[in-house]
Amino acid sequence: MKVKEIFNTMAYGPAPESTAQANEFLDAHGRTFELFIGGEWKKAEKHFETINPSSMQVLANIAEASEGDVNEAVTAANKALKDWVKIGGRARARYLYAIARQIQKHSRLFAVLEALDNGKPIRETRDIDIPLVARHFYHHAGWAQLMDTELKDYKEIGVIGQIIPWNFPLLMLSWKIAPALAMGNTVVLKPAEFTSLTALLFAEICQNVGLPKGVVNIITGPGSTGAALVNHKDVNKIAFTGSTEVGKIIRKAIAGTGKKVSLELGGKSPFIVFEDADLDSVVEGIVDAIWFNQGQVCCAGSRLLVQESIQDKLYDKIKARMEKLRVGDAMDKCIDIGAIVAPIQVKTIDELVQKGIAEGNQMWQPSWECPKDGCFCPPTLFTHVSPSSTIAQEEIFGPVLVAMSFRSHQEAIKLANNTRYGLACSIWTENINLALDVAPKVKSGTVWINSTNVFDAGSGFGGYRESGFGREGGKEGLFEYMKPRIEEQFSEKPIKPAVQKTKIAISEGIDRTAKMYIGGKQARPDSGYSIIVKNPQGEVIGEAPEGSRKDIRNAVEAAHANGKWAEMTGHARAQVLYYIAENLSARKAEFSNRLMQMCCYSKADADAEVEKSIDRIYTYAAHADKYDGQAHQTIQRNVTLAMPEPVGVMGIVCPEEAPLLTFISTVIPAITLGNSVIVIPSETAPFSATDFYQILDTSDVPGGTVNIITGPKETLTKELAKHYDVDGLWYFGSKEGSKDIESLSAENMKRTWVNYGKYRDWMNNEQSEGTEFLRHASEIKNIWIPYGA
Amino acid sequence: MTEIRNEGIPFDTKYFENINVNRSAVERRTASLGGRRTVKKEFQAAWLLKAITCIDLTTLAGDDTAGNVERLCAKAISPVRKDLLEAMEMADANITTGAVCVYHNMIADAKRSLGNSGIPIAAVSTGFPAGKISFEQKVEEIKKSVEAGATEIDIVISRELVINSKWEQLYEEVKACRAACGDAHMKTILATGEIPTYTKVAKASWVSMMAGSDFIKTSTGKEVVNATLPVSLVMIRAIREYQELTGIKVGYKPAGGIQKAKQALDWLILMKEELGDEWLQPNLFRFGASSLLGDIERQLEHYVTGRYSAGYRHAMA
Repeated sequence: MKVKEIFNTMAYGPAPESTAQANEFLDAHGRTFELFIGGEWKKAEKHFETINPSSMQVLANIAEASEGDVNEAVTAANKALKDWVKIGGRARARYLYAIARQIQKHSRLFAVLEALDNGKPIRETRDIDIPLVARHFYHHAGWAQLMDTELKDYKEIGVIGQIIPWNFPLLMLSWKIAPALAMGNTVVLKPAEFTSLTALLFAEICQNVGLPKGVVNIITGPGSTGAALVNHKDVNKIAFTGSTEVGKIIRKAIAGTGKKVSLELGGKSPFIVFEDADLDSVVEGIVDAIWFNQGQVCCAGSRLLVQESIQDKLYDKIKARMEKLRVGDAMDKCIDIGAIVAPIQVKTIDELVQKGIAEGNQMWQPSWECPKDGCFCPPTLFTHVSPSSTIAQEEIFGPVLVAMSFRSHQEAIKLANNTRYGLACSIWTENINLALDVAPKVKSGTVWINSTNVFDAGSGFGGYRESGFGREGGKEGLFEYMKPRIEEQFSEKPIKPAVQKTKIAISEGIDRTAKMYIGGKQARPDSGYSIIVKNPQGEVIGEAPEGSRKDIRNAVEAAHANGKWAEMTGHARAQVLYYIAENLSARKAEFSNRLMQMCCYSKADADAEVEKSIDRIYTYAAHADKYDGQAHQTIQRNVTLAMPEPVGVMGIVCPEEAPLLTFISTVIPAITLGNSVIVIPSETAPFSATDFYQILDTSDVPGGTVNIITGPKETLTKELAKHYDVDGLWYFGSKEGSKDIESLSAENMKRTWVNYGKYRDWMNNEQSEGTEFLRHASEIKNIWIPYGA
Repeated sequence: MTEIRNEGIPFDTKYFENINVNRSAVERRTASLGGRRTVKKEFQAAWLLKAITCIDLTTLAGDDTAGNVERLCAKAISPVRKDLLEAMEMADANITTGAVCVYHNMIADAKRSLGNSGIPIAAVSTGFPAGKISFEQKVEEIKKSVEAGATEIDIVISRELVINSKWEQLYEEVKACRAACGDAHMKTILATGEIPTYTKVAKASWVSMMAGSDFIKTSTGKEVVNATLPVSLVMIRAIREYQELTGIKVGYKPAGGIQKAKQALDWLILMKEELGDEWLQPNLFRFGASSLLGDIERQLEHYVTGRYSAGYRHAMA
């Protein structure tokens, strides 16, 4: 084009990034890639094509790993594990550092290859994805170095199976591999079928730095390859990022196997705009929220909630901005939005957009047209969307923003939480009081204040609710890749004091009636039945209410109605806990006697259990105002607060053994952090728990904090596991019971903590109290607060 | 030009009192823009030529004499080597700088040197750069400069009025300056490097526009921090909102510290993205710069010849 013509129009021109070196890399491999197993390239029998979605041209052929290949990869990882652990964190740090350096040295090749394969703009891979990848390896090289001294109570988990999505191929690889390797695990990673190339280039990096063979194995292929990996018996943990649908399948598939799992799933994240926000900045925030990576972002701010007073003004500004967005080839350095990863995704997005229109929502798209020769979708805005619309509820995973208004911050919070997901939230206001009031009330793992879609290795990322569980990044993310050494001491059988043969007086004076305890009140069972409770010598010691699913329902409602407990300060909760201990201490003899009756303990054993229970309450009273969060060191100009929040409403299924101590050891840590609980006490020895509500009544514990349901454990437990409004569930019982819990809890992605039939010695403080319990009673929320006057 | 001048609007705090600029978000926008937009090859050449037409070629030094002002004006008339323009088929495009910008004392020299080139003379005024002279002197200085032949007047505002939020007083001051300008266009320098927050920059921009400024301008070039992209973003967003309110287009002039061709492109991209193509013309956009032109010339020679250029190959100002 002539200079003069451009001088007159002042148009933008093409600004293509060169693909020469990426093509050289592909050609050097004959455009066919194999499987990276045990440090070698293994030929696969079948291959499939990977395309460049900007042009629909085939880039290369990718190996399809068979079940046998998966087995080989897991075997290689298993073989490499011992030495990888043995060399220690400090030696592992050197490898991770070398990987980080290699990624920086080849950053442009990675960036170009990623953009070609995925369709995302070269700007994003170059300026965001790849720098974050290197950062993740640097950060975790540091954790590897520190593991042997700072985390010495923890050890590796073993062989990790990792399945990653196509939206941030290399970045998700780094989020998975860096912490796993740092903590001494070996990995078998399956990239997404659409986007394998950068993982294969990464495999070459592993070879170049001399990473021991088998520490990283990369197996490409479709969902069936992933399924084989998930179901492989020698895999100790599955880490998955992808759809909620597949996440649930995985959760169910490995239920009860003892495999650990972390799931980072879908989202419909709210983007809340208050009337005092800097609206022009909000608009750019929206661009970063929903038009970053074509909207194919699990934490995309896809649900715009805008204060009614400014909605028209904001919608006008958004529309004006959308007119200026540029969609095009990923290699063009002058675009905002690239190509959607594959035709099937374009189809899904189109269908949802059509559905949105059909359901009567107002749709708006800019006047310009997308290029025709690739997988492109125009940026789309729906306004005045009702929360019941399909497009307001379902993750679209495309450049489609749905907007609705709110009247007050209370309503904004309600709308924000009116979703099954809970991954991220963005809050825009210049009022710090408002921002910090709303941030803890939104159910999401990440809250960005006046910003959006910012990530860093130093900060944990992960979801609440059906957005999955586990965190990636930060210290909180390390726990997904290590386990407490103390678990090795757990027993195959319950540990409890010996049963005495001597006769014990069962009943003295007036008959005692045990009831259940719901919402701070004693409650008769809905069924109207009682269960006869006998001691190990077969003597009848009393009747316990036979709880049923309706009692569970009532208890869950009562737990949710209790707003007080969670809002109290740690110090205030500590005082209540100390008071509980004081009141238990005053009734030591009674509780001791009850243990003797129910369990036929010796007096010494019974006294010891009561004494230990009091001591344990003291421990958590001590923790109540000390289980702090962190202010993370992230790379942007931010205060990044990692705040432990209570899980919410938790079910606790107590062990059968040591009925008082195990009730205390499980219930008290959960409520210490502000959870409300529904407890199913020991079925064979329920009276320590039912006696205990009198202590709760006299210790200023708000009603609904602890709810006690006695009765058939298996039935009640399943009801809890199935209940959609229970956020977390602890189970201490059999292997089979653990499996049921994990399987049934998958539907709403409850946070489960089960013992797989391994038993603690509850009298042992190291095994049975402390931060491990508190960690499972909380979720870390990361709140990003950028600052600057 | 047949454009409608900004006659200002009555003072009312309601237009700006609720402004809250989020610094981090503004910085993020300007930091990422360079990655979102770029111009290459012939597009870059055309954009750089456009940048030249938007330069207020400036000399504001204590040792300015008739001699160096004469040289400056010659450069303004003929800013690019003829053979380069010919190679780009732009020899007939009448490429000159947007104006020359001098102190009041040098207006006569500039006027003589520019002859009938049609290039406007901008004079800095109102006690530039600090503005610490009496109000009467400010008005007097403007009038004298207009009489001497300046058709553009770059005024400085009283920073203490911004610092102490005396908005109405600022409005009256700027309005009086505008009246003194008569037909001459007025560019109002906020001296943003001396304004403590972006929010106050936005408010000062509003007050200046409400008082009838034809342009708002970042800096004198004499502050420690002069034109930056984030501060420009804050100001041009105010221009956009003012246009939405009144329909009037106010011009923008970043000044100070813009020395490289790449920076000029960054600003042009910012204007195109945030305000639109109309703000890529000298009637609504100017750079206050002196050494920028030299770098642009070198880049243009590189475009034409494929060789990196040297400063001595281009006529100095």
